[in-house]
Amino acid sequence: MTLIEGQDRNLVRRDEIQKLATASEGRRKIYSKVGLTICGLFLIIALIPLISVLAYTVQRGVHAWSVDFFSKLPTPAGIPGGGIWNAIVGSLIIDGIAAAVAIPFGIACGLFLAESDGPIVGTVRFATDVLSGVPSIILGIFAYIVLVISLGHFSAIAGSFAIGVLMLPIIIRASETAIRSVPSTLREAGLSLGSRHSTVSRRVILPAALPGLITGVLLAVARGVGETAPLLFTVIGSEYFATNPTQPMAALPLVVYGDGIQAYPDLQLRAWGTALFLICVVLVLSVGSRLIAARLGRVKR
Amino acid sequence: MADNAVLEKDPLQQPPGVEGTMERRIRFPMVPDGLYRAILATVAGVFCLVMVALVVTLVIKARPAFAHFGFGFLTGTTWDPVHAKYGALPFIIGTLETTAIAMVLAIPVGLGTALFLVHAVHPRLRAPLSTAVELLAAVPSVVYGLWALLVVAPWARTIIEPALASITGSKGPFSGPQLGIGLLLAGLVLFVMVLPTMVAISRDVIASVPGEEVEGAYALGATRWQVLWRVVLPSARVGLLGAVTLSMGRALGETIAVTMVIGNSTAIAHSLFAPAATLSSVIANQFTEATEPFHLSSLIALGVVLLAVSVVVNAAARLLVHSVGRQSSASVALV
Repeated sequence: MTLIEGQDRNLVRRDEIQKLATASEGRRKIYSKVGLTICGLFLIIALIPLISVLAYTVQRGVHAWSVDFFSKLPTPAGIPGGGIWNAIVGSLIIDGIAAAVAIPFGIACGLFLAESDGPIVGTVRFATDVLSGVPSIILGIFAYIVLVISLGHFSAIAGSFAIGVLMLPIIIRASETAIRSVPSTLREAGLSLGSRHSTVSRRVILPAALPGLITGVLLAVARGVGETAPLLFTVIGSEYFATNPTQPMAALPLVVYGDGIQAYPDLQLRAWGTALFLICVVLVLSVGSRLIAARLGRVKR
Repeated sequence: MADNAVLEKDPLQQPPGVEGTMERRIRFPMVPDGLYRAILATVAGVFCLVMVALVVTLVIKARPAFAHFGFGFLTGTTWDPVHAKYGALPFIIGTLETTAIAMVLAIPVGLGTALFLVHAVHPRLRAPLSTAVELLAAVPSVVYGLWALLVVAPWARTIIEPALASITGSKGPFSGPQLGIGLLLAGLVLFVMVLPTMVAISRDVIASVPGEEVEGAYALGATRWQVLWRVVLPSARVGLLGAVTLSMGRALGETIAVTMVIGNSTAIAHSLFAPAATLSSVIANQFTEATEPFHLSSLIALGVVLLAVSVVVNAAARLLVHSVGRQSSASVALV
């Protein structure tokens, strides 16, 4: 094959390709339009149920809201005027205990992951990843075995235990990321001044990582507040006002579940009202964590 | 700025002569480096111990059931607490069926939404739409359950199921009485619930496809769809597989919303419209009623099966997603 023949062949091929490209242009454009339209339709399909959940909860839940709703104890079906005061207090106590233990513990684990290396680090990170994928009902069983069977009765503290374990992986991962994002020059500057590692961590690293830590904590709490499955056979729910964490207690998600599956319209209304309250709490926590994260981003730039 | 904020607090930045600050600094307990590391390592070790305890306690409590029924526990088709016969197969099938319905819908819809969000939506709408989808992942599952039971179930009974039955001629999986609650509704709710996870992670994976490849394809005259189909998707496929697996892990373990709408029947369902149960829903439904020790042990054994499946699925998903690397903090929190 001579050089000229080769060039000729190339020219022919280029012509062919050009012809093909022009011929297919219309079809390609139509394909593109159709494909993108389908994707757009999928976006709408995705948004419809999600908007519907919020719309129905707001529309029905608002009718349940009143001063009594937030300040009275629940009444049996058919007797008007009951509220969810005991469930609000119950959720505060259950999630408060869980957060009080999980936050320092989780941040310490995050510090460990961000500042050390070696085989243990890999194990801890793997354990965190695995735990964040464990279904929450399994944590309920775990708490049941550890705290309900051994104490001999259902208790709020068992629910706190399950919720605390549920919060841990979120806090650990968020704090590891936040601590890692602190420039290493800051740490080195602190160490070069003769400070000990613990001092540098407490006075330099943690303050600098604070926005990220708060974001992680808020997300973990938001997740914990809404969880129902781990409470089903630990906290178990209550019609009464209880503040003793070693006893069964009412909790917001348990009210939504327990009243929602009843056939009485007034109980269902209470479930909607509680669901709306729960969504408000969770959204305030999530949006709050987002605002803090956004501020962190701005500061960094 | 962050650096300054820290330095402003640092007493060493203050002008010389302010002696008090140095004094105050020394008053804090000085933990030796070795002790400090030991404390952190202990906390991490306790965390690992808790994880080990989780697995060990479940397995110990499940042992009577596994020991008595052996492998037959997994293949047994009857779950009858009255006659103390326990087989997990109806719930394993129920879990797989609801997850399959959810994923068949969530994969195309989630992928399409993510592609549209990253490559087609007006830049001004991108952030609010993404945020909306992510906030919906924060809605508690019991709220989805309430909505599904009280709002969607009547629609399913009067609109969705009759329509499916008339299209398919009421054959096979679309036969039987149309109750509203059942396998199909549980699958639909799971679809709605895993969608935010699916969209958020696929969006991050798609956004991390190198810009040069996308721009190169456009420069060669490719249409937008060709770029998405032939450049973006192939390049993101490992991460997208991870997103799918992770969403699947969520669908497998979801408890409360499914329990509210699946109808809780311990028989194997022969129709999508029939009531059924999943591994997690039967645990949620029967755990407090389990007075007989074998019943409780068998329920915990179901938990061990669920734990094993979700650990395998999530480990696989994480390997896939981590291999892609970059993730926004939001989706880290989601998964």
